[in-house]
Amino acid sequence: MSVLLIAEHDNSKLKPFTLNAITAASKIDSDVHVLVAGANCENVTKEVASVPLVKKVLWCDSPNYQNYLPENLAPLVTKTAEKYDHIVASANTFGKNFMPRVAAALDISQVSDIIKVSSPDTFIRPIYAGNAFATVKSNDKKKCVTIRPTSFDPAEKNGGSAQVEKIEAVDVPNSSKFIKREETKSERPELGTARIVVSGGRGLESGENFKLITDIADKLNAAVGASRAAVDAGYISNDHQVGQTGKVVVPDLYIAVGISGAIQHLAGMKESKIIVAINKDGEAPIFSVADYGLEADLFKALPEFLAELNKLNTIQK
Amino acid sequence: MKILVAVKRVIDYNVQIRVKEDGSGVHTDNVKMSTNPPDDNAVEESVKLKESGKVKEVVAISIGEDKAQETIRKALAVGADKGIHVKADNYIEPLGIAKILKKIVEKEKPDMVFLGKQAIDDDCNQTGQMLAAMLNWPQATFTSKVNLKEKSVEIVREIDEGLETIEVNLPAVVSCDLRLNEPRFASLPNIMKAKKKPMEQINAKDLGVDLTNRIQQIKVEEPPKRKAGIKVANVAELVSKLKNEAKVL
Repeated sequence: MSVLLIAEHDNSKLKPFTLNAITAASKIDSDVHVLVAGANCENVTKEVASVPLVKKVLWCDSPNYQNYLPENLAPLVTKTAEKYDHIVASANTFGKNFMPRVAAALDISQVSDIIKVSSPDTFIRPIYAGNAFATVKSNDKKKCVTIRPTSFDPAEKNGGSAQVEKIEAVDVPNSSKFIKREETKSERPELGTARIVVSGGRGLESGENFKLITDIADKLNAAVGASRAAVDAGYISNDHQVGQTGKVVVPDLYIAVGISGAIQHLAGMKESKIIVAINKDGEAPIFSVADYGLEADLFKALPEFLAELNKLNTIQK
Repeated sequence: MKILVAVKRVIDYNVQIRVKEDGSGVHTDNVKMSTNPPDDNAVEESVKLKESGKVKEVVAISIGEDKAQETIRKALAVGADKGIHVKADNYIEPLGIAKILKKIVEKEKPDMVFLGKQAIDDDCNQTGQMLAAMLNWPQATFTSKVNLKEKSVEIVREIDEGLETIEVNLPAVVSCDLRLNEPRFASLPNIMKAKKKPMEQINAKDLGVDLTNRIQQIKVEEPPKRKAGIKVANVAELVSKLKNEAKVL
């Protein structure tokens, strides 16, 4: 009854959401094994081996796995899965990309994006943009499961010493090629794991005006989010999008500015601990989920907000 | 070249979902239905490629009850050439849908299959990837830009870190993101013309694939509701509440 978890990393460092997935995997079964597939990724295996919840690390090193092309990665996972009852990964663009290929190869009906493990075969997952929660039981012998990382706490990183076992690479189909990745470099915290998120919507009216948002974010050491409308309008890049088809965030404080609160946006942020909405339309649906609503013109309110924050001396860094 | 584009009929994205009291699902009677939004992007891109001359034929497919034909007609009205309706009255999991699509792909022999990255009802995000695996084809998920070449397609994908560019050999499966294009509206004359376009009907049961669902839905419930918040009068009050009441600053 062991669980095979596929680690997400950039070949030198583990991506933080893998720690959340490890927590979820450990709730399925305590015998958690982690597959680290990549190119020259020995450092990642060390990082994973030191996570106390991890019982074993499987390390497969090959240039074919450098960019996690799903055509290359899925056959390796499928083969490795032979000895396991559960195959799990994060339900982000990493896990979503390859896991269904593994499930199809094993003739398994995948359980996507779980937010709770009720038992090793029963899970809770949001459907209809989080407007309903479904409890589902998988009747497949083996189970492929993807995990919503923000619904599980990250596992403790240090203190473990799991055994690292090298495994052989498998043949790849050579049907796809990685060309480039354009990552938005930022000094700010990552959107998915930030303690505070400040998000802007169409109400900002332009990309330049997003400076009002980023100024607040920098003051609060917060990540910057956006509604789909703002991304579609080109105010900010796609990696900032919060919502049903963007990122799901669960910060301690979420500040929505100039965002009306479409169902699809609420799906990505309504589990936040404290929600603040600033919008000039008092009827905007965002106010229905906000703990604190301020009906105001954002172009007046944001500079005032920044001035008030500057007066505080308790902001955590 | 030929494209098979898969479309799904779902509860309209603007409808506020209501969970049934008995926990068996959500209310669907008298609820507005429409095409799954990213499937509209898949149709639009297929039609654009046809208009560019690189693609000769676009075949739209939908799997579901008879009303799924409305979704196919909509695709025909914006430029698809032919429709295939695979009739199935019960819910089929993405695994079963992918098996049906594989059968149709073997028959129609398209160079590419386009579909939305995710259906907004069950939010599974599986079908395209599963189909690609079953066909042993490469895939491009979360596609926001398509550059079709002779034997391959270069794709820009939206990933958590930003954007990624890949090139996949044809044939391939392409799952479309919402920013790929701006889906057009069908004009009235085109809606009328679409009624005359051919629509093949196949019964899912006749395809000889195992459609047994493996996942049992035990119950569907409403998510916990947030308690009502308050409106603050001004910025100073907001900051004071965040600091002293919520203690998040």
